[in-house]
Amino acid sequence: MMEKLIFGRYIPGDSFIHRLDPRAKLMGAIWFIIIIFLANNWLTYVLLTVFVLTAVKLSEISPKFFINGVKPLIWLILFTVILQILFTSGSTIWFRLGPIVISQEGLLNGVFIFMRFVLIIFMSTILTLTTMPLSLTDAIEYLLRPLAAVKVPVHEIALMLSIALRFVPTLMDETEKIMNAQRARGIDFGEGNVYQQMKAIVPLLIPLFVSSFNRAEELATAMEARGYKGGEGRTKYRQLEWVSRDTMIMVAFGLLSAALLVLRT
Amino acid sequence: MSEIINVKNVTYTYDDEDQRPALKGVSFSINKGEWVAIIGPNGSGKSTLAKTVNGLIEPDSGEVAVGGLELNEKNVWSIREMVGMVFQNPDNQFVGSTVQDDVAFGLENLGIPREEMLERVRTALEKVNMLEFAEREPARLSGGQKQRVAIAGIVALRPDIMILDEATSMLDPQGREEVLRTVKEVKEQENLSVLSITHDIDEAAAANRVLVMRDGQMIQEGTPETIFSYGEKLVEMGLDLPFPERLKASLKKEGIDVPKDYLTEEGMVDWLWTYVSKK
Repeated sequence: MMEKLIFGRYIPGDSFIHRLDPRAKLMGAIWFIIIIFLANNWLTYVLLTVFVLTAVKLSEISPKFFINGVKPLIWLILFTVILQILFTSGSTIWFRLGPIVISQEGLLNGVFIFMRFVLIIFMSTILTLTTMPLSLTDAIEYLLRPLAAVKVPVHEIALMLSIALRFVPTLMDETEKIMNAQRARGIDFGEGNVYQQMKAIVPLLIPLFVSSFNRAEELATAMEARGYKGGEGRTKYRQLEWVSRDTMIMVAFGLLSAALLVLRT
Repeated sequence: MSEIINVKNVTYTYDDEDQRPALKGVSFSINKGEWVAIIGPNGSGKSTLAKTVNGLIEPDSGEVAVGGLELNEKNVWSIREMVGMVFQNPDNQFVGSTVQDDVAFGLENLGIPREEMLERVRTALEKVNMLEFAEREPARLSGGQKQRVAIAGIVALRPDIMILDEATSMLDPQGREEVLRTVKEVKEQENLSVLSITHDIDEAAAANRVLVMRDGQMIQEGTPETIFSYGEKLVEMGLDLPFPERLKASLKKEGIDVPKDYLTEEGMVDWLWTYVSKK
């Protein structure tokens, strides 16, 4: 069940995209999600698609992973697309059956929505597959830094994120162990009706919850013993390095946004 | 020899538990460069004692002094800089996302400049033989390797004292041996004092001095040789019998007259062949 999770699955590599500064990648991905809403005609969507496909190519990651990223959301996408097709009113009617009207505008809208979903998923997949979770938290911490001025606990948020990410595999292992231990005692996971399935989760959830508390306490003790006093007066071991190719990427995003603004109707 | 840890008459009670104190008037001291092992059955207060030494637990009464500094609110952080602690569960003390980040964690806390950090992390990992694993994530390390990283994290801080709080109890025999060897090497190179809390006889045998605790009190003290010659009483103290002692007990059952003193494995071999050839 864990293999399906795309989040936090980093694929090591040494491509152009891999070597980008995580801040550039994070800002780019967020910016992309914003500007995708500027696109509203064929030309703009073709432009965005070319841009994303170039990024996919540059990341040197097999397209299989991107298709897999779309799969879990396919029903949501199809549902939205069908609603768009059926309920967009338009002038050029192509098909009519009782109350169901399919217009050219509706179809076009459906295709656009589909593209929008797929492109956003592709873009965020590039981000998560080419960036180590650790660098991602570093990037988040850096980008949140201005918020420290308005009393947002940036260091604490970053520490929480990095500890959480570091414990994901550990807790998954433990979940697996508890599941097996409870199975050995006769609990059937994922069988029966919804109510039975929910009930079977309890003997998994409660031990996991309790052991997380123990872990938290031991970790806090160990941190304190190693002189952790909070964010103040700390130096950082990891340092992000912004080089010319990162600026290049930002320029590319700028040009893309400008082109979208010019070409949109 | 100068005393580096001095604990005088310390008493401590966990408030939520029933009135039984975890520590009752415990006093001991450790000299510079000495390796002291504390042994005792579960619930004898060993771990509590270890935590009082670096101020993770504040004793109800009594005095603790480390490196000439008295443990109080003002000194606690300077004392923690002198004392490095390795805990039992290798997973739950691994803070960093990768090996090198974890080793750097303590240095970051002290505000060491980055250039020096890079250097210290490298040498510390080298000392525990984990340099090639610097980029690895904790999920991909064995228990023994994780504990060696924990030791590296302490070595990087250049402390005077290393406390092992049952650091080898969750490891397989191989990992245990690895960690003990690392501790020995590091102790010699850095001239550290080591306080180890353990159930493991090999670990206790490596010490210069063994302290035995029971019910929150210090009941015995001596060299490993003296303590191990107690024979059967060791089991009550919460320790396994060392292999030569077990052999002696079996021989005794067979009616063979064995020496009373504690013998190491080599000593036992010597005694055996003299005994057989005399016959």
